[in-house]
Order: sequence, then structure tokens, then C-alpha cells
Amino acid sequence: MQGYTQRIREAAKRLLAEKKVDVVMGFRKGTIPFMNEPFLAKSPEQVDQLLWDGNCGINLANYLSGRKDRIGIVAKGCDSRNIVVHLLEYQIKREQLYILGAPCHGMIDGRRITEELAGKEPLQVEEENGRIRVSGKGFEESFDRKQYLQENCAICMHRNPVVYDELVGDLVEEQRDVDRYADVREVEGLSPEAKWKYFEDLIAPCIRCYACRNACPVCYCPTCFVDESRPQWVGKTVDPTDTRTFHFLRAYHVAGRCTDCGACERACPVGIKMRQFTKKLEKDIKEMYGYEAGVDPESRPPLDTYRPDDPRDFAK
Amino acid sequence: MSEIYIAKDKFPSVLGQLMGKCPVFGPVLQGKFHEFGRLERPEDVDLGYGNTRLSPKALFHPQAEKMFDFSLSKGDPEAGILKETPKDFRPRVILGIRPCDARAFQLDDRNFDTDSVRDPWWVRRRETTTLVGLACNTPGSTCFCTSVGTGPFDKTGLDVLMVDVGEGYLFQASTKKGEEFLAGLSAGEAVSGSVAEKADALKKGAEGSMGTQFSVDAIVQNPTLDLFNAAFWDEVQFSCINCGTCTFVCPTCWCFDIQDEVYQEKGSRIRLWDSCMFPLFTFHGSGHNPRSQKLQRVRQRFMHKLKYYPEKYKGGVACVGCGRCVRQCPVNIDIRHVARLMSASCVCPT
Repeated sequence: MQGYTQRIREAAKRLLAEKKVDVVMGFRKGTIPFMNEPFLAKSPEQVDQLLWDGNCGINLANYLSGRKDRIGIVAKGCDSRNIVVHLLEYQIKREQLYILGAPCHGMIDGRRITEELAGKEPLQVEEENGRIRVSGKGFEESFDRKQYLQENCAICMHRNPVVYDELVGDLVEEQRDVDRYADVREVEGLSPEAKWKYFEDLIAPCIRCYACRNACPVCYCPTCFVDESRPQWVGKTVDPTDTRTFHFLRAYHVAGRCTDCGACERACPVGIKMRQFTKKLEKDIKEMYGYEAGVDPESRPPLDTYRPDDPRDFAK
Repeated sequence: MSEIYIAKDKFPSVLGQLMGKCPVFGPVLQGKFHEFGRLERPEDVDLGYGNTRLSPKALFHPQAEKMFDFSLSKGDPEAGILKETPKDFRPRVILGIRPCDARAFQLDDRNFDTDSVRDPWWVRRRETTTLVGLACNTPGSTCFCTSVGTGPFDKTGLDVLMVDVGEGYLFQASTKKGEEFLAGLSAGEAVSGSVAEKADALKKGAEGSMGTQFSVDAIVQNPTLDLFNAAFWDEVQFSCINCGTCTFVCPTCWCFDIQDEVYQEKGSRIRLWDSCMFPLFTFHGSGHNPRSQKLQRVRQRFMHKLKYYPEKYKGGVACVGCGRCVRQCPVNIDIRHVARLMSASCVCPT
């Protein structure tokens, strides 16, 4: 995966120099461990800032909505699926994009590693041969990369980009026989009371900063329902009713559109696992409609499709 | 000003006695993160913490606070009259707060407690609270307090500074409230020369480990319009997703919204944290939004903290270098980097 950086830079330089694109969207080195910053290279001189490693977890498709220029974009599996969702929802045109596909090895869960360090502060992080070497003042520890992936990456079945113009690395073997919904089934099995409590506890730390929503590529509504002010639909307090309304409605609004890229959980400053909501809906969509979001650019999402022969009465 | 020493093995009983006298708040491990909470038992407090996930500002400026209640009932002679919601102003102690966070309250005072406007709840809470801070022996890598006019052992915002000297704590009072606090503690011992020396060495070590990350003076000296029109904002703003994380975790972001919530015939007027990162923050009744673009909002936050505030109050920048926004920004926008851009000598667009 280390080799990606060079190939991303070469491709970006070429695309910008040949004026095939106006900008190239990728990542540059972050200022703190386990973080890289989304970066827009506008000239060939800037491409050397672009890089790739296991800390490029932000979903870059989030930055595409409404752009009018021609964009080169580095896309791992989930970014590419969200590009497909954007195409299906007319948020961007395919001809505007030159997709640099980055077959993904999964992104690192820096928080879990930081927890393992039990108070020792990581200062340097290096990836090598399937290991993550973390060092700080007076310590160095090594972690098995596979064991410390973001939770969504560990169960990802689309690591290769589903749409691309050029690859910046060899395609990777997709994971099969992954049980994506073990945790969802566990919650499904709870009594209504226990389920309610589970969700209440899950979102209790929420501070309504909307980092989850704003990091989400499919949350691009010009005005989100929580921001409607004429009239205002949702209270702005941290009362459980208000917090609940936000999380429940948001989850339903991304049903059949969420690609489980994990951007929401990665962004949350208080560590809420809101994928517990979206994964349940992902499972429902899969079971009821046999549909996976963002995999097929030709197939419309089930919840925005109408067929005259729909067997359900409510559609008539 | 007086100082005492309390051995760590005696500290829980001292704390227990204190908790019998008044509510005590301190850093408590909640789930995976530390937050400030009311101590129920002496062992709840974790003074081995780095810093809390959220700043302690909610203790003075809650995220959602009922200011008034009112009735809209037709038969009620007091319908439509705002009545102050009862609030708890009992004297209290905040124990183990970091010097940067305590200093932040003083910066916030310039907004809530001025000659023309005094926010009654902020002011009373400030008056009835004793801040017993904990010096940072090992500042974190994202801390930059020494670059913004405070420090890991800064007593400025505190009534008492505690220093963890290994076997015990050194308590140094720096205000009258602090003196009274120390006088009320049992089991205090005289401070030995070795303890004083140790604390001094820890202070030098902590301060020396930090260095200066950027020049506040250079930002203050740069003309406002040059900074406002600088080309670098375009690059800074690109990755921003306009969430409220930086403002909500920040100890010096005080902006709020006021809303009435009504259910049937009763209502409350509520004060809520707001964020200049949200488009709604500046959305006018006319439909116009003076900060409709992301760039304008991102620029506003940094300009307010590092340029407008020092220009208005002449008392340093509105940042205490706690590093929370640096650690928690989902897309790695780093105020230290932005401050360096703002302090560079040439900031004009080419």
C-alpha cells in the first residue's frame, strides 16, 4: 500500500499538467497520529503533498456534492461506492470525474490502538508488512494491522473500487464469508424494552455537533431536517427526545443509500457507534430488496424506484 | 499566599470531608473518556487523567439550560410571564481542572461579565465556585498553552494550584477564595523544601517541553483586512465539514442561541450552545445569510479567536492551547497550523 503514494502523485501530476482535471482530491499528511487531512491539489506543484496510508478514512465523496469542475479523486472501495450513489442521485456527473481507484487494505482504528496504549501518547505511526508500529516518549509497540482495522473495514466486502478510470495499486482479494450483521442480530433479539435502553445508552453521550451527518457523503441535503427553522421540526437540546429524533431520522434517511463507509463513527468526537442504526437498515434493505448501496451504477436505489407492478398496495 | 502539602494516602479522606461540606466536581472516567462530573465518592475522581474530552465550560454555561418557564394557559393570570427557572448556586469546588481550562473562564468573563452586560447565571456560578486546578506535569503533544499566554502551571485562572509531586500533592493558594479553601482542609502539612524543589523542577520541565508553536504577536500585528482577505483560507477551509465539534469541545467558544419550547400550555425559554460553523448561526430572518459560505465560517472561527478577540479586548487571544479541537477535528484542521499561516509575515493574496 505504501507504493500508492507515488502512483497517486504521478497520476495527479499528469492529470493536472495535461489539464484533464482542474483539481485532484486526495489526502495529505496529518498533523497528529492516525489522522490525514483531505486535500485538494490545484496545480502540479502541489501534488507532492498527496499521500496514501491506513489513515485515509474520511470519505472523499463527501466533498463532491455540487462541484462544477473536473475532479480527479482518489477513491478506495467505499469512496467509489459513494461516488456511485452520488451519480445515481445526480450530485455529480461521471464525465466530471477521473477516478484514481485505490484498492483498500482497510483503515486503521487509531482510537482502539490509543486505548491499548493505556495513557501512553502515540507520536509516530508507521505501517510495514502488516504491522503498525507506534512509538512515543520512551516506548515502541507493534500491532497486527488486521486486528486493528476500523470496524466497518474489518467486515468490508468491497475493498476494491467499484468504478474507476485508473488504479493506483493492484486489486486486492475481497473478503468473503464475512458475517456483516452479527451485532445487528444480537440487538434484534432483544426485548423491546432492552432494545430501547440499548439505543438510549448508545446515543446518550451525543453533543449534537452533527459531525456524523457532516462527514457522511449521502447527507447533502441543502437544509437538513434538524436545521429547518421555518418551522423548526426538531428541538436543539441534548434532551433524549431531541437526540433520538436526530439519530433515528438520519438513519432512516440514509436507508438504502448508506455504504457503511464508517465516516460517521470515525468523525464522532464522543465515540457513538451510530452504525448500529444504519447497519440494521442496510440489512433490511438487503433482505427485502436484495440491494446493496453504491455497487451498481445502473441500478436505482429501492426507495427511490417506482414500478407500476409493485406488489405492495401502498404504492398504488 | 499560603501553601500546604497533603500525602496521597490521606487525600481521599480529605476529599471525603470536603464533599460533606459542598458539592465537588472533578474529572471522572465516563465510558472511554474523562468528563467533569459531580463526585459521589472520593474514588470517583481520576487525577491521573490527561484532560477531559469536553471542556468544563458546561459547568458554567450548560449546553442546554432552562432560563425561564412560562404558562400559556388562558385562565392563568400569570400567563405569558417569564419566571426564572430555579438554579443551583450553592458554593462548590471544581477539583483537578487544568490551568488552561481555568484560564479559559477568564477569557469568557470578558463576554459574560462586562460593564454593560452581566450574565447573572455565569457571574453567580463564577462567584460561588472555587477552582482547584491540577498542574500538568506532562503536557500532551497537542497542547500549546505556552504559545497562547498561559502554561501548564499557570495559576492565573485558579484559586488553588495542585501539583502532583509523587507521594502527595502540593496546594498553592493564589486568591482569597483559595486561602479559605486551604484553611478549611484538614490534614494539611507544612511544605518541605524538597517538595517545593520538586514542584519547581516539574514546572520547569513541563514548560521546557513545550516550546513556542507560533507567534501570537505576529498575528495581532498583521492588519485585519490582510488576514481577512488572505489566500490561505481557501486551502484551510477545503477539508472542513462544518460540524460543530471544534466549537463544542472548545473552552472559549461561548456562543449560544435562545429558543422557546412549548408543550401544550407550558413552555420554557432555553439557552443552547450554538456554533459559528453552522450556516443557521448567521441565517437572518430576511433569508439572507452573511456567512453562507464554508470559507466565511471557517475564517470567522479562527479570526474571532486569534484576531478579533485580541483586537477588541487587548488581552491576548481567545485560545488557551488545550488542543481539544486539534485532537477531535474529524478532518484534522489544526489551529496551530492555521495560526502559523496567520502569523506569517506575508499573508496577502498574490
